[in-house]
Amino acid sequence: MEMLFLHPTPAQEKPVEMLSAESKTLENNPSNAITIAHLSVYYRAVEALRDINCLIKPGKLTGIFGPNGAGKSTLMKAMLGLVPSSGKILYKGKPLMQQLDQVAYVPQRSQIDWTYPATVWDVVMMGRVKKTGWLRGFSTVSRQVAKTALERVGMSEYRNRPIGQLSGGQQQRVFLARALTQQAEIFCFDEPFVGIDQKTQSVIFEVFSELTTAGKIVLVVNHDLGESISHFDELILLNRDLIATGSRQQVLTQENLSRAYDGNVIFWKEAA
Amino acid sequence: MLEALIEPLQYGFMQRSLIIAILVGMLCAVVGSYLMVQRLALLGDAISHSVLPGLAIAFLLGANIFIGAFIAGVLSTTCIAWIRMRSPIKEDAVMGIVFSAFFALGVTLITVIQKENKIDLNHFLFGNILGVTIQDVRDTAIIAAIVFIVVFLLYKELLFYTFDPLGAQAAGLPVNRLNFGLMLLIALTIVASMKAVGVILVLSLLITPGATAYLLVQRLHEVMILGAVIGVISSISGMYLSYFYNLPSGPAIVLVVSGLFVLALLFSPQHGVFNYRHLKNQE
Repeated sequence: MEMLFLHPTPAQEKPVEMLSAESKTLENNPSNAITIAHLSVYYRAVEALRDINCLIKPGKLTGIFGPNGAGKSTLMKAMLGLVPSSGKILYKGKPLMQQLDQVAYVPQRSQIDWTYPATVWDVVMMGRVKKTGWLRGFSTVSRQVAKTALERVGMSEYRNRPIGQLSGGQQQRVFLARALTQQAEIFCFDEPFVGIDQKTQSVIFEVFSELTTAGKIVLVVNHDLGESISHFDELILLNRDLIATGSRQQVLTQENLSRAYDGNVIFWKEAA
Repeated sequence: MLEALIEPLQYGFMQRSLIIAILVGMLCAVVGSYLMVQRLALLGDAISHSVLPGLAIAFLLGANIFIGAFIAGVLSTTCIAWIRMRSPIKEDAVMGIVFSAFFALGVTLITVIQKENKIDLNHFLFGNILGVTIQDVRDTAIIAAIVFIVVFLLYKELLFYTFDPLGAQAAGLPVNRLNFGLMLLIALTIVASMKAVGVILVLSLLITPGATAYLLVQRLHEVMILGAVIGVISSISGMYLSYFYNLPSGPAIVLVVSGLFVLALLFSPQHGVFNYRHLKNQE
């Protein structure tokens, strides 16, 4: 299926077999990653995040993990300038805040008013608002991108359904479609796996895999450490401070998990 | 019966009232829809009460009362925002505090002014659509034109912002400016509706037509269009009731639109109380 919604990054327009050599170069090339340096966030005199330093690489599925209140969503919001913070967040050498047109952000489902008078189509087309620009109507290309995105997540037949009549999984897939229509380089998802069905979870991981293969940055806040953790390439383990960051093997040690969860976690070997 | 309705239209004041009724009915429904979907109905009420002192002060200075009212309306939203930022007091309490203070100041000023001049406080509180002048028609038409053009041109951005402000901000939309722009549109709309409905009840014309439409249709632009139709029908009906029975126009308009809301509430195919379909809908 033609993936109109995946705007190929110039460095990636090569056949898939060449990708592993390319991706090694990308991994060692920090300018295509998001660098977070000394990020701290204060919420009314309480420190929500303390001096976070990490790298978020393209071509990898990165998960932010930690207990409740660890600052996971806050980290993502601070990166995108949605909450005030101190520190530096750079992408390709320039502040990420100045390049938000490269970012697709999907907030927590619970933050959205699902009784808003809109259909699935209305929500997906919101992804095209920035690309269309001020004072212009949506182009045929925009509509085609949206149509393809809906097909990809399996929601085409629900196109004219009011969003209030969707199940949790369907709502999440609509949001995923919206993110795809933005044709971004950086995808940020805040707890996309809460309250969804198995089919939706599979669709989401499949799309994540396509995005990382195409060299995108995919960052996900995750609320639980279940089996699905094996899908993630890179982890950021937080509890107000940065506990550990790196590959699954590097991060998922007993010591790190105990520190993050204050000892309240059952550890099993298969995950790493 | 049709002759009875057409007969008064030969009078200039009635023609002007009709134009105002149509403009205000459309204007309030469109802008009020944004208030409704953002759960900011209370803010609409706050701004409408807050315009009164601006009106009074403008009158004293011999300036355009619309402009004075508009400035007071915008000033009150600034006060509300500032107090919310600098104190632990919650949004709804701050709105209540600010608008009652402004309103009280307005009533006091107008009562004092009334002693020397011929303005009737009741007309500003409850509307006097039959007393609109040609300048009022001109000013309302200008405001309506500005508002409709802005809503049309910025429709997709406002839709995104009012549905998902965080997502819109993360996509790079200038959400603070969009929000301020909406506040300006709301203040303009309230000022334009003052003469027709009065400041106390303009909230009803802002919220009720959109809410009625919301029970009947599914998408925002449909809510606005159907809301505008409902608003216009209510305004014109209220105007005629005011004419034939010598009632203040604001309450008359509000009774009509509220009645239409009740009909939608009871009989809406999707949500109606008398329609058991809502029990079969998945939650």
